[in-house]
Amino acid sequence: MGLKQNLHKFKEQNKDKKWLPAFSAIHTFLYTPNETTHSGGHVRGADDLKRTMNMVVLALVPCLIFGMFNTGFQHYAAIGESVDFLSMDAFLVGLTKVLPLVIVSYVVGLGVEFIFAIIKGHEVEEGYLVTGMLVPLIVPVDIPLWMLAVAVIFGVVIGKEVFGGTGMNILNPALTIRAFLFFAYPTWMSGDKVWVHGADPRVQNLVEGATPDAISGETIMGALAQGKEMAYTVSDMFFGFIPGSVGETSTLLILLAGLFLIFTKIGSWRIMLSSVVGALVMGLIFNGVVSAGWITETSKFYSLMSTEFWHHLLIGGFAFGVVFMATDPVTASQTTKGKWIYGFLIGFISIMIRVFNPAYPEGVMLAILLMNVFAPTIDHYVVQGNVKRRLKRLKAKTA
Amino acid sequence: MSQDIKIKKGLDIKLKGKAEKVTETSVSSNVYTLKPEDFHSIIPKLSVKVGAKLKAGEAVFFNKANEDMKFPSPVSGELVDIIRGEKRKILELKIEADSTQEFVDFGVKNPKEMNGEEIKAHLLASGCWPFIKQRPYDVVADAANSPKAIFVSAYASAPLAANYNYVLDGKDKELQAAVTALSKLTSGDVHVSVGKKGKSPLEGLDNCTIHKVSGPHPVGNVGTQIAKINPINKGEIVWTVTPQDLVIIGELLLTGKFNAERTIALAGASVKDPKYYTTKIGANMASIVEGKIKDGNQRIISGNVLTGKAQDLKGALGFYDNVVTVIPEGDDYEFFGWTMPVFKKISTTRALTFSWLSPKKKYNLNTNTNGEHRAFVVTGQYEEVFPLDIFPMQILKACMYKDLDEMEALGMYEVAPEDFALTEFVCISKQPHQEIIRKGLDLMLKEIG
Repeated sequence: MGLKQNLHKFKEQNKDKKWLPAFSAIHTFLYTPNETTHSGGHVRGADDLKRTMNMVVLALVPCLIFGMFNTGFQHYAAIGESVDFLSMDAFLVGLTKVLPLVIVSYVVGLGVEFIFAIIKGHEVEEGYLVTGMLVPLIVPVDIPLWMLAVAVIFGVVIGKEVFGGTGMNILNPALTIRAFLFFAYPTWMSGDKVWVHGADPRVQNLVEGATPDAISGETIMGALAQGKEMAYTVSDMFFGFIPGSVGETSTLLILLAGLFLIFTKIGSWRIMLSSVVGALVMGLIFNGVVSAGWITETSKFYSLMSTEFWHHLLIGGFAFGVVFMATDPVTASQTTKGKWIYGFLIGFISIMIRVFNPAYPEGVMLAILLMNVFAPTIDHYVVQGNVKRRLKRLKAKTA
Repeated sequence: MSQDIKIKKGLDIKLKGKAEKVTETSVSSNVYTLKPEDFHSIIPKLSVKVGAKLKAGEAVFFNKANEDMKFPSPVSGELVDIIRGEKRKILELKIEADSTQEFVDFGVKNPKEMNGEEIKAHLLASGCWPFIKQRPYDVVADAANSPKAIFVSAYASAPLAANYNYVLDGKDKELQAAVTALSKLTSGDVHVSVGKKGKSPLEGLDNCTIHKVSGPHPVGNVGTQIAKINPINKGEIVWTVTPQDLVIIGELLLTGKFNAERTIALAGASVKDPKYYTTKIGANMASIVEGKIKDGNQRIISGNVLTGKAQDLKGALGFYDNVVTVIPEGDDYEFFGWTMPVFKKISTTRALTFSWLSPKKKYNLNTNTNGEHRAFVVTGQYEEVFPLDIFPMQILKACMYKDLDEMEALGMYEVAPEDFALTEFVCISKQPHQEIIRKGLDLMLKEIG
């Protein structure tokens, strides 16, 4: 008997066992189940949730690999050694730092999912496949693994499972995890020392021979918030040779991933486009304020406000957030019209927070979380429009 | 005034095994089956006992709530068996056919000279009333009401559907008589929709408004046409009749006989030689498909693949159905089915699924769900195949949490389960949309009525 028959037999024999969801999760990973239609239509389309989630994971893989190279590259640059970006040296440093993040994220997150599936007696849901990949890409590389594990447990339990699991959550789980880290361990999540491996003096023993104080590892956002000059060229920012969270730096790869998600019809182009438009509008407003002379160089907002409006798309986590987080269908607006409004406000508010709140220059995370909360409200008004149209039709008839 | 309908949102599911335009007479069935379940929400009361001799058109049971509404025997013969389920619910009534058929004579009528009440009484007495269904709720029409309009869709856009232009060819007289009769039952119009392409036998009918329709499925669904022509508001009622049932009504008026004969399509990838057959309502499934389908585990469906009901060889042709579809069962595992590129199935995404490359290709789909049931996750997908001005996911959710006010506000009066067949097909979360809508409608019927 082959594997297929053996697994089938095992499933049939253990039908009433409590742990069956755990087995099923692995079984359905290997084989699409033999389930047939028994109500409604007799045929079904080819896509399921696993396939959908898998597309997003595929889109993230280039960002992950680039992130590994960039981790090493930034590390060597910070300690004053020069290596090629695509060198094995750079990659190995990145691999040894980033891979543990990925493993911890998946093991802890899926562990929680399995436990909840068994307790609640439903199948293990696929949502965490994407979340688990997003999390290592949006944290600073040197974050202690236990912190990540705590945050993942918090994010999955409080951010998702208490609401009923995948499809029921209000906040994007990956961003909930990041927000938890941000507010629980702020010194590990912000400042100018955390973004490059080895730059933080708390991470000793890893940088031999380098004096931590001499290393600068701050992000562009951080530098601008403190009114410093931009130290990187536009092409560095676009291709991603800059410090930052592991996977967020390469706007090019994120752009390609975004196009892939739009082409496969998995990601909402409406949200992506309107977010970009919203960010550009806000950026233009700030540029206008600066050129109108309402704000001078002495202002603490000056350097971020005077950043050219389209540079905002390239720096920080904006592109990553818009392509991978804002488009999360569960927490975004669900109606077509709602998606336009939701996306626009994310872009608009991202840049606003970024400029006005130097303590949290990473505005996109907060903007998306805020709009997650407002998405049902937006949908409510869009749906009410439909309801009113229907009532009007009735009135026109009876009048 | 003619008003044409064109829709863009929708999906044509192109399947292998389309019926060739050749008609044969199927093997005559010995046993005919009436299933009260075909008449949703009706509680049957038997008019006869086992062993009773029946003529074709004679009532076998009637509606407990309205004793005038009778349900006819499709053939003359003997009621041989009543199959009951839980709480003695009547599931099936088996009638063994006589070798020579006798018909109840209901008398030749001229619908032009009758008024609405006379026509109602005639259709109720002859057992033709159940052919008329109503919306809201998608159930057999309540004869006490007067609908604002009556809709007939003579364009079948569902996968492998019988071609109305072919099966109704030469039935002009019956169709005209039936349409004239229906026109007396409503204060509004009888709206008849025909395909834009091809010559429909209904095109030249009087006493009705003809609409030409074009676009992908579900343009042929009567629900889509109602929404585009004259949408249902709260408190309004419309009736619908299928064209093949118009023929039976017409024949009743012209000859006085209830003749349950109809031309059906036997289609699907598992049919050896798909073509048309003449048979009767309730005919034993074996008489239709035996020897004509391929070996292996097949699913026999009375109706089309989106809305039909699964039958075994002992099953029967449904009261409203004019197509029998046979497709392979899909009860097998697929190795890494969730990640491998897909070429042999239909998808509306491009997530390593390649049906978008060849829009004209025909597929052999089986009954596998291609994934497991999940909560609603993806959004915006249903709207692409859903032409009504209704939010599909929101109304489904309202049905699931049984909020009657919200269901009403979102347009529940306008929909039938079949309108959600395509959203169910594309659903990534594999939710049972039609069942959810049916339960929602049942709840409204019970609570609001």
